[in-house]
This record gives sequence, structure tokens and C-alpha cells, in this order.
Amino acid sequence: MAWLVLRRLGPVLAPRCPRLSLRPQVPAVRRLGTGSLLLSARKFTDKHEWISVENGIGTVGISNFAQEALGDVVYCSLPEIGTKLNKDDEFGALESVKAASELYSPLTGEVTDINAALADNPGLVNKSCYQDGWLIKMTVEKPAELDELMSEDAYEKYIKSIED
Amino acid sequence: MLRAGCRAALARRHLSSAPEGLKQTPLDALHRARGGRMVPFAGWSLPVQYGRGHLESHLHTRRHCSLFDVSHMLQTRVYGRDRVRFLESLVVGDIAELRPGQGTLTLLTNERGDIVDDLIVTNTAEDHLYVVSNAGCADKDRAVMEGRAAELRAAGGDVHLEVSGQRAAGVQGPSMAQVLQAGLPDDLTKLTFMTSTATTVFGVPGCRVTRCGYTGEDGVEISVPAGRAVELAERLLGCPEVWPAGLAARDSLRLEAGLCLYGNDIDESTTPVEAGLLWTLGKRRRTAMDFPGAAIIMEQVKEKPKRKRVGLTSVGPPLRPPAAILGPEGTPVGTVTSGCPSPSLGKNIAMGYVQAAHSRPGTTLTVEVRKKQHPALVTKMPFVPTHYYMAK
Repeated sequence: MAWLVLRRLGPVLAPRCPRLSLRPQVPAVRRLGTGSLLLSARKFTDKHEWISVENGIGTVGISNFAQEALGDVVYCSLPEIGTKLNKDDEFGALESVKAASELYSPLTGEVTDINAALADNPGLVNKSCYQDGWLIKMTVEKPAELDELMSEDAYEKYIKSIED
Repeated sequence: MLRAGCRAALARRHLSSAPEGLKQTPLDALHRARGGRMVPFAGWSLPVQYGRGHLESHLHTRRHCSLFDVSHMLQTRVYGRDRVRFLESLVVGDIAELRPGQGTLTLLTNERGDIVDDLIVTNTAEDHLYVVSNAGCADKDRAVMEGRAAELRAAGGDVHLEVSGQRAAGVQGPSMAQVLQAGLPDDLTKLTFMTSTATTVFGVPGCRVTRCGYTGEDGVEISVPAGRAVELAERLLGCPEVWPAGLAARDSLRLEAGLCLYGNDIDESTTPVEAGLLWTLGKRRRTAMDFPGAAIIMEQVKEKPKRKRVGLTSVGPPLRPPAAILGPEGTPVGTVTSGCPSPSLGKNIAMGYVQAAHSRPGTTLTVEVRKKQHPALVTKMPFVPTHYYMAK
């Protein structure tokens, strides 16, 4: 990739082009080869973010479906550490050459970490959306909100339903 | 010439294989078989990108060669003794001066001096003018052209229009000449930028090859009989140098080349002067002031326009339309009309209109992206050097 280093700058707020509307032509869901423990922990939003919680801290990323729909990610706008988010708040955006796609918080909580590797290598979101391409870590202030999210199976069904 | 609504098309994408009401090009099955992701665009179903992705496709075009399906563009042939007079009554360019086989980019304007469409007009060596319009403007262009032709005929003039059933493919990139020469009886070194010839391409007769394009690279657009478009495309794609490319790459390539997208960068609220397309005004036409909107346009030429189209570059989040452009005091001075991260340059590029006082290259402005302000530098276009095949 001829992409040079792009700096990450600040939180992003204004709603534009919600990612929900980016639907790929080709069914995009693939099962991961990783263990079921990891998968069982991962929950999904209808806007295609995932979150997995460990020791009270949630790690947030986007689904494989979403990364395929978005195409090559060339810039990630992520929030500053300490940003307080409500569930469904916009917390950033992923940019391909073609379009910007907003990110929405799956839960209420505070940003405790951002994936600094994405500043130099935003393509990690495509290459490894469930591992190295994670976006932020956050506290889980309302654990009950987790129950409102979809399991992996439910998310797969959801993807199929929007593809039909 | 990629047209407006590409981004909107991506957002509104349908998933069914043939969304209702969309026209299909002869290459539809070929696109799908090669992994093209089809989207609606100006009433057509067209590939936005293929399996290798937008970035790779863009860079491949700059280094090698890509095939673009441009079947959606309207091709019109203008016949009759008064065809030049007819066309000059609609556009700003000097059509009479075109040598046989020579073409030009010209602008269809209205009485307010605004741009109705941008067209490629070729004075063919045969008996007609060949006009290529944007798909998004096809209906209004046809109405304007047919209306004027009827008026001219009613006044005893000799002109008639024929909408061509031919489809078109763009072959763009530095290896185009090497790829195409193998299938061409004509000597491509003699076909310079913006010239055109009727010929046979890879055994397909009835083609018209015009050395032009929408990427900034050396390239051609081939008008081909619809029934043999697949054969020609397969033949070209059989060459490993040639990858199929979609609307996404077309848009980022044209933006790097500083070329306008009708509907974004020029439309019926912009004049040729504001758009920086003064060069399209024919010298004779300026003096005669005989094109639609000439009084307003020539007044702007004299008085200088209040706003101008400029290029912008930045780092950080990409600048996308319709982001606000702010001046030194934080006051709005313009709007972004096109923008993306440039795959060739590794920084953001954009076009927009700004107040003339802020339009000088080297001026630092700010652009608001998601409520944050980011510096952007007014930059001369093209952003990436063009490689048109000019006459030596």
C-alpha cells in the first residue's frame, strides 16, 4: 500500500453516512478460526461494531461484514482517552478512499485506550478486524446494556436478513 | 467522466442482482463474473470496485492499465450541413476550428451562464459530430439538443441527431498504447491526445477510438457496437497488464488529475469562469459572444468572479463534500465539492469553491471535518502530473 503515515486527530462527532447503509454485494460473514471462548465473549451492534469484555473493560472494533463493505481503511478518527460515551454515541470514523463511515459506541462508558497502531497502519482494520485492528477500549458502566447486543449467531442471522 | 452521486450510490446500494429500473451495460455479466460490486449510478448498474479493492485498482491504473465500462455515457451523432452552427449555439467552444478527427472538451451552458453539462465533441473525419455526454445529464442534454435541432430545422436549417446504440469502454494507463496497438491497424503514435479515429479494434469493426479519458493518464475511450462489447472487453482483459476498474477508482483518479465531476464540482450553479474552465471558451466565440450566457460569462471574465474553484491538500481526516472551508478569521469562505485521500500522494486532496480573495495557491485555509477544524493548503491542480499523449 502506498499509503503514507496519517496522523490521528481528535474525536469526531457529526453524523454522516452511517455505516449501516454500506452493504456489500457479496455475503461477507466468515467464521473465525479462533476459539469459541473468544467468540462467545464478542457481542455485536446493528451498526456492525463488536465488543468483548474482559475484567470490566470492553474492547471495541468493527465486524468483518463492515470492513469488507467499507473497503481499504486509510484513516481512523478515534476519540481521545477519557472521552465519555453513551450507548450509540458517535465516537469516531473510519475512512476509505471512497467514503467516511461513522463509529457508534456499543455501550455507555469511558474510553480508556485507543489502538495507536492504527495511526500508522489503518489497514489493520481490514486485515484483522477482530484482533490487531481493534479500535478503542472502554469501561462498562451499565453491564445490562450488554444483554441488548447480539450474540455472534444472532448477528450472523441479522447479516443474512439485511442481505436478503 | 464519472458523474455525480457515486458516494450516494454506495450508501444506497441495493443487494439484489438486478435492482429494478436500472439499465445494464453489455458488460454486466462480465463485471459480476469478475467480482465487480455493482451499484446504481445515474440510472445504470455499474461496478464500483472489484475484488482487489479500490486502492490497488487506483495504483494499478497509474502504473499499468485499467479497463473502465463507460457504457452509461450518452453518445450522440450530429449530422447535417448546419451541424457546427447547431452545436455552437449550445456550447462555449470553437467547434468550427476542429480539424477532422479532432475533439475537445466543451461546456453546454444556459442563458444564465451556468454549466448544463460538460461534453466531449469530436469533429469526425466522416460526416458528423460525435458528442459524448454525462449519463446523469443524458435526458436534459437530449432535450436541449433536440429542442434546438427542431428550431433550426423549422428555420430551414439542416441538422439531425442520432443517439448512438454503441457502448463505450475506457482503457487508461501508461501501458494502454502497448496493449491496444496489438489490436489496432492504425499507428497509435499518430493518434495524439484528443484525436479520434473510426477503426477496427481486436477484430471488432465499427469502433471509434478517441485518445482521451478521465484519469490523467494516457488512455483511450473506445466506442464499440453493443453486441461486440463483451468480446472486446474480454480481449483487453486477457492481457495481464489490464485490470477491470470501477467507479471508485475512476473518481479518485480524476480528482488527482484535477478533473471536474459534473454534479459535484460543476453544475447549473457554477459558471465556466468560476470553475476555472476559461480555456474552454473559444477565442472567436468570446469575441462574437454568441454562446448561451455569453453576456454574463464575459462580464465575469472582465470583472473577475467572486468565487473560484481551487484544489486543497491536507493531512488528517479526509476532506469530503460538503465540508465548510473557513478563512483566517474562522468565517466561511467556501465549500468542498469533491475530496478523498489521494492514493498516489498519501495525503488528502479536494476541490472546492472559495471566495476569490482566498484562492491563491499557497494560501492556508481551514476545513471543518466532523466539527473540528483542520488546516488545508490551496494547491495548484492537477495534484498528480498528467501524462496525456501530446503531439511532439
